Amino acid sequence: MTQPENAYTAAAEVAQVKTRRTWKQRAWMELKKAPPTAIFGMVVIFLYIFVAVFAPLLAPYGEAEIFAQPYAPWTSEHPFGTDQIGRDILTRLIYGARNTIGIALATTFLAFLIGVSLGLIAAINRSWLDQIISRGVDVLMAIPSLIFALMLLSIFGSSVWSLIIIIAVLDSTRVFRLTRAVAVNVAVMDYVEAATLRGEKLGWIMKREILPNIMPPLVAEFGLRFCFVFLTIASLSFLGLGIQPPTADWGTMVRETSNLIQFAGFDLKAGLTPLLPAAAIALLTVAVNFVVDWFLHKTSGLRE
Amino acid sequence: MHPVLRTVFQRLALGVLTLFIVSLIIFASVQMLPGDFAQAVLGQAATEETVAAFRRELGLDQPAWKRYFDWIGALAQGDLGTSFSGRASSGVDRSRPVAELVGTRLSNTLFLAGFAAIVSVPLALVLGITAALWRNSFYDKSVSAATLTTISFPEFFVAYILILLLSALNPIFPSLADVTRDMAFSERVYKTALPALTLTLVIVAHMMRMTRAAIINLLASPYIEMARLKGEPPARVILKHALPNAWAPISAVIAFNLAYLVVGVVVVEVVFVYPGIGQLMVDAVSSRDIPVVQACALIFAATYILLNLLADIIGIVTNPRLLYPK
Repeated sequence: MTQPENAYTAAAEVAQVKTRRTWKQRAWMELKKAPPTAIFGMVVIFLYIFVAVFAPLLAPYGEAEIFAQPYAPWTSEHPFGTDQIGRDILTRLIYGARNTIGIALATTFLAFLIGVSLGLIAAINRSWLDQIISRGVDVLMAIPSLIFALMLLSIFGSSVWSLIIIIAVLDSTRVFRLTRAVAVNVAVMDYVEAATLRGEKLGWIMKREILPNIMPPLVAEFGLRFCFVFLTIASLSFLGLGIQPPTADWGTMVRETSNLIQFAGFDLKAGLTPLLPAAAIALLTVAVNFVVDWFLHKTSGLRE
Repeated sequence: MHPVLRTVFQRLALGVLTLFIVSLIIFASVQMLPGDFAQAVLGQAATEETVAAFRRELGLDQPAWKRYFDWIGALAQGDLGTSFSGRASSGVDRSRPVAELVGTRLSNTLFLAGFAAIVSVPLALVLGITAALWRNSFYDKSVSAATLTTISFPEFFVAYILILLLSALNPIFPSLADVTRDMAFSERVYKTALPALTLTLVIVAHMMRMTRAAIINLLASPYIEMARLKGEPPARVILKHALPNAWAPISAVIAFNLAYLVVGVVVVEVVFVYPGIGQLMVDAVSSRDIPVVQACALIFAATYILLNLLADIIGIVTNPRLLYPK
């Protein structure tokens, strides 16, 4: 009795070389299994990034170009009309993507730079330095951050730089808490002790021994933190204390065109104008939340 | 001393310490002001004498620690200082005491926050507990999806959608919540309906998700499984075994969200032009009226700390493990 040539044999399977996949192939395999909400989120995020990067090419007019008619209705010339001093709304929406997302991203990066490095130092040190930083953070977190930000802005005045620094410092407290909490568990591992005995410096232990092992929760936190920062800056801009005109910004745009909503009964399109930048903010936050939700579900059971 | 009392006193002492440090921070932030503040407030045209007089009035010629104790002492007597606005370089002083500015506005804000809380707390608890009990049902999934979406919305987006639907297109509620002191209660409720509804929508989403997570966590614990395996009826499992342990997480959730309400109220008050303390603070920040900003920040921070302290204490007092010491 002879076996057909392509018959299954256990020996052949064991002998087979396990297929090695590059990280690109592995990432692609994960992406194909992603739920529709996560796919939707990623598509939206890529669209926003595309618009933000190519804003000058996509926008029909200049960022602060002023036309004769303020509060113009929706026409083919101005697809979403013009604002209170006659600037094209569509153009400002496109430039707003660049400014609003750019500033929020810069703030989140700065918050992580401060929060993660202090958190790692506290987790490795575990003595007086840890106590000082932790108690300081406790006090900062006792004041609601929007109120604290308002107070600091009244002192330093609202410029883009003071906005970035104030929000980054206030938000770095949450990053610090998370980093310290997860890093403490890693810092007592044998390989960290081995590195210390080898005579590695603090920088090496932070960067090469601990950081790679706490990456997943930090990446998820980055997404959530970005949402918080983004909403805080939008709220401050809406209150007139964040990003200042003539820079196009979504929060400021809602504030500037909010009067139009009273005319919704006569011209529904005009009434919708202030909702456009607000919806742009909401859509990005929803998208990031969806992606973070999926990522958390994938990497660990952090949520439920 | 009873261990519960001891823990409560510890928390109270910690709360007082936090309040002290926070007041210190709020006071110290004024010291970081760049340049000569008296000059900046009075403007370019101020004479040297008025600037010097103003500096003396602010106490800028005194050491910082003395100014702090003067400030906190006056604060304890209800004196919040004098507003900067209304001062002119000419020397004519039309400024008003901060306590007078804050007074009615604080009661307005408390009215709005209380209104939102009365509606949202029971609603969120019912939604959260039912969603946790019927976990993974269609009901649970749709409620969770709806709340995840509302959480991602900025407050002003929710507010303007409500204005568009309930005020501009279908004129049911006024979009301008201009309440006055001598207004009948029913009219006041009618005027504040939209701001309160906005706050409710934002808060319910947070509170419902947190309640659901807390209850699911609780129902997964071994003693609940034990009670079920003993054959206890479901109502008894919930009321007798789960509820006594649920008070701590639920009160924490409520306090956290009421504290969140304190912050959310700022944006909502500005949208609806509601004469509350949040709007006062925003106006004061843009005109850099420091005494008013300090007073508002202190009120907000104190409310926030007190609410969190209250939740801590409720959690301790209702904890069955602490009530029966070994």
